[in-house]
Amino acid sequence: MAAEGKTIDALSQFELTHAFGPIGAAVNFTQSNAHMLIAAVVIVLVMTLGMAPRAVVPGRFQAMAETFYEFVENLVIGQVGHEGKRYFPFVFALFMFVLFGNVLGLFPYAFTYTSHIAVTFGLAFLVFLVTTVVALALHGKKFFGYFFPEGAPLWLAPIIVPVEVVSYLSRPISLSVRLFANMVAGHVLLKVFATFVVLLGGLGIVGPLVAVLPLSVNVLLVGFELLVAFLQAYVFAILTSIYLHDAVHLH
Amino acid sequence: MNERDDFDERLKQARQRQGLEKGADQAGGDGAKGLPSSALNIGMRAGIEVVSALIAGAGLGWLLDRWLGSFPWLFMVFFVVGGVAGVMNVYRLFNPRTGARK
Repeated sequence: MAAEGKTIDALSQFELTHAFGPIGAAVNFTQSNAHMLIAAVVIVLVMTLGMAPRAVVPGRFQAMAETFYEFVENLVIGQVGHEGKRYFPFVFALFMFVLFGNVLGLFPYAFTYTSHIAVTFGLAFLVFLVTTVVALALHGKKFFGYFFPEGAPLWLAPIIVPVEVVSYLSRPISLSVRLFANMVAGHVLLKVFATFVVLLGGLGIVGPLVAVLPLSVNVLLVGFELLVAFLQAYVFAILTSIYLHDAVHLH
Repeated sequence: MNERDDFDERLKQARQRQGLEKGADQAGGDGAKGLPSSALNIGMRAGIEVVSALIAGAGLGWLLDRWLGSFPWLFMVFFVVGGVAGVMNVYRLFNPRTGARK
């Protein structure tokens, strides 16, 4: 399909199309939105059905739900401290949404909504707003002292303050670009090697033999992408926790 | 019944102790950076930090310029500020703010 014109078309997989036929087209409901809905439903199902048995010795499904919960809880408490427990639902929701977006996107015919900068920047901007509001609510005006480290000579303020402000403003950008770039790079790589399989497979008798090479690379890449999917969700969650730590403790 | 309650109580205590221990361990050992630290990850992170600080700086300068109508000047100043902030972000990557993490 990608190799129809004997070219490598690695970017068309990120194009948005309407889902749900004419109804979706009327309200601009895309397959990206559809996958977000799927992810949300799957997350709710995993957590509610997984915890439904409430067994003392968890079964496989319950163990998975508990592992997710404890993983994020340890992460938040480890970074923010025990007063960070009230931000746990926020970090947990973000972690699960990003994780399921990344992993669902690895299924054939699925769409990776985390491969769009609009989505990741939306999430990162939410993190930025929440951390700033938390810092302002907890510390009031003292929050602005964050932009000027104590003990620095006062005449350096015109240099330090803009640099600190820009550094603070760059947080949502780096948070969103990291996730977006990782997902796009992975899926482009997968598509390129998959196209190699098709192109090389058509090269007469030796074709199928040579095509085994990119195919095996793709098998490895899928495993690697699974790792990246988990890792990026983890990085997103831990950076959110680090920013929350800065907001709660201010230094 | 009494024995069972006692067991539950002890189990709860043990769990709590372990949970606290784990949390303390993570805050101490993992908290320095807490991020995966392979060379590729560090490089990727450093690159993204620089680029995003540049984007933030240039964007802020451009917005200020559009507001004040002084096109190239603030943009140029904040481009440099963004570069400085990027370098500082990378520095913070390896040396977190003093007292930022105990």
